[in-house]
Amino acid sequence: MSFFRRYAQNVGALVGLAILVVVIIVAAAAPILYPVSPWQGIGDPLLGPFEDSAFPLGTDMLGRDIAAGLAYGARVSLLIGVISTAVAVLIGVSLGAVAGYYGGRVDDLLMRFTEFFQTIPAFAMAVVLVAIFSPTITSITLAIAVVSWPPVARLVRGEFLSLRSREFVQAAIVIGQTGPRIMLTQILPNAISPIIVTASLMVATAILTESSLSFLGLGDRNMMSWGFMIGAARTMLREAWWLSVFPGVAILVTVLAINLIGEGLNDAMNPHLRGRKG
Amino acid sequence: MNMSKRFIYGLVSLATIAMAGSSLAQNSPTPGGTLNMIAQPEPPVLMVGLNSQGPTLYVGGQIYQSLLSYGKDLKILPSLAKAWEASDDGLTYTFTLQDGVKWHDGKPFSADDVVFTADKFLREAHPRWRYIANTYVETITSPSPDKVIFKLKKPFSAFLYAFELSSFPVVPKHIYEGTDYRTNPANQTPIGTGPFKFKEWKRGSYIHLVKNEDYWKEGKPYLDELYFRIVPDAASRGVAFEKGAVDVLRGGDVEGFEVRRLSKLEGVTTTTEGWEMYSPLVFLQMNLRKAPFDNKLVRKAVMHAINREFIVKNVWFGLGEPATGPLASTTRFYTKDTTSYPFDLNAAKKLIAESGIKPQEHTIRLMPIPYGSQWDRMAEYVRQQLEQLGFKVNIQAVDAGGWSQALSDWNFDVTFNFTYQYGDPALGVARHYLSSNIIKGTPFGNNGGYSNSKVDELFLAAAEAVQTDQAAKAYAEAQKILTDEVPIGWLFEQRNVTIMRDKVKNLVRTGIGVNESMDEVWIAK
Repeated sequence: MSFFRRYAQNVGALVGLAILVVVIIVAAAAPILYPVSPWQGIGDPLLGPFEDSAFPLGTDMLGRDIAAGLAYGARVSLLIGVISTAVAVLIGVSLGAVAGYYGGRVDDLLMRFTEFFQTIPAFAMAVVLVAIFSPTITSITLAIAVVSWPPVARLVRGEFLSLRSREFVQAAIVIGQTGPRIMLTQILPNAISPIIVTASLMVATAILTESSLSFLGLGDRNMMSWGFMIGAARTMLREAWWLSVFPGVAILVTVLAINLIGEGLNDAMNPHLRGRKG
Repeated sequence: MNMSKRFIYGLVSLATIAMAGSSLAQNSPTPGGTLNMIAQPEPPVLMVGLNSQGPTLYVGGQIYQSLLSYGKDLKILPSLAKAWEASDDGLTYTFTLQDGVKWHDGKPFSADDVVFTADKFLREAHPRWRYIANTYVETITSPSPDKVIFKLKKPFSAFLYAFELSSFPVVPKHIYEGTDYRTNPANQTPIGTGPFKFKEWKRGSYIHLVKNEDYWKEGKPYLDELYFRIVPDAASRGVAFEKGAVDVLRGGDVEGFEVRRLSKLEGVTTTTEGWEMYSPLVFLQMNLRKAPFDNKLVRKAVMHAINREFIVKNVWFGLGEPATGPLASTTRFYTKDTTSYPFDLNAAKKLIAESGIKPQEHTIRLMPIPYGSQWDRMAEYVRQQLEQLGFKVNIQAVDAGGWSQALSDWNFDVTFNFTYQYGDPALGVARHYLSSNIIKGTPFGNNGGYSNSKVDELFLAAAEAVQTDQAAKAYAEAQKILTDEVPIGWLFEQRNVTIMRDKVKNLVRTGIGVNESMDEVWIAK
């Protein structure tokens, strides 16, 4: 069975993929769908959903279109989710591979370093980092990457540790391949499945972390984001529920979709689970 | 006197029993009871002479008193001074003090305390009084134990407005003379002349004041105890009021959206009165040192582009009035006869075109003042309006220290600020426009760098005027020039709301509101 066939057997994973594709399309098309900046008040303030057909999801206290905010917020969420995960995976894989392959002192040193990061609560550290380097989209992305690489490093180290004693690695050593080459061409391809699965789930966590930061007012003030929309609307929850409910639903659905995809990838890639009903 | 009062109380209680809930019981003061309030944030100290932040004044105002107070119409009222008199040349001010006033430790209060306060204590510890004392005051003397005479070097038309609680709290000479004021251990157990004495301060929990039995107003205060609870979380403060754990919410204790909700509760009264002395005015501070705000037409355009009614209505939940100029409409010398800037985007765009500025070439840093979500929303609104004029705007998020620092160092393009007016333009307004006040190190000076010798002259002339109408004329002209030149973008006058339970009577009596001695406050049974 091909990979895609196996993936498609999991209904949840398909639904997740469909939702994510919709979110990506909306994010990509935001400037076409809503040519006016999402910060611009264009309607009456505090219009409820469907009160005015021009603003199907209503407007906020300054008359800004909630739907436009959601579309532009999707860009920020996806952007931060993907880039911070990429950075975190890069750091985690490099450190984990070196530690797992070489072992000994190098391993000790790198793992103590990793534990140093693991012992600090991730979100608290992200808050501190963003507060120190004033909140911009770059600093937020990097802060999220910095707090989320340690699990990847741990995972990759474990994989490398077990794979490096296999025959095919021994053979590669015997024929004189260099360490970096063995890591990249022999071990990494064999360890890639769990890394992909972990990374997909990290995207979801990154989106949540960004939303939490924005909710606390530590987001980039010049980028519309879902967390910011909820944070700004939080105070008016009793009067205008739609201000916080729609962005909340957007976060929920997107994170759920990415988790479903992660689950589907896991099922499809993990040979031990083959035959498990999705 | 005492007998008849007691008789009235008896009558009142009889009446209460006879006709429970009748209007008679509602209208006559009954002694006794405890008033629960909130001190937010917890004050660092209660010694008003050393710290004049909001919560310090709120609590300390029950312990310390000033020479004068001011009505809601800013009429001068007696406090520790029962009479005052200015000479015709405006150079000699004589205050006659109340009789039978005692400090909380039992020592008698006298003119010596006032002289010590004015000449020594506040001159050292209080920047606003220091400026007045060093600029205008020649000598401070007491010819008799109940009289204090201030002789001035030159007339100062705002002089009688400088004796409010936050500007001139009278401190006990016998405790502070010859000591280091800031480290004096007595700061922890404040001794004043006010209607309530300091009893206990449980840090992080509450401040407890009790009735001063020896208070100089016969038969007052009515209340037995005051509690100022410390509740750091805004939502919990709202709940504490809702549940009846506290009876009063001062302006700023809860956020605007909560004010609206709590005001609608059963058995709750609200008022926006009691802020006339301070009349906070919120404004847009532009940096006039660099483009584009060095251009007067751009500043006029900004005034036209910002819909101040929209800000008041949608960001501040209606708790304000659009400002028309440098003076709040609730203060003395305010004039309507000035250049006005109705919301008109087309006029604004026309002005920008006329100014020769190419807005797309300017990226403006907009620094919100980090005091809560309403200030953030206002920043977002102002950004959107400036963007409509073609500017590029970046919001620069800062914390309170960063804001103060950037403003004090003139390192900003546009930010927000607000000013307390203290009843007279010479005390609260002129400081933002005088070229002599272009100084680094404070966020409350002339931080935009506006300089106009005519305006300087008018403010000085008004301050040194002997006759009120002379001052009024100079202030009117200054307001005209200022509204034409727009050194500052006046946004709106804050209307702070005091929320209280119906049973709390007589709480907001004067222009300093809840900071006023609560000697007339009573609780309906």
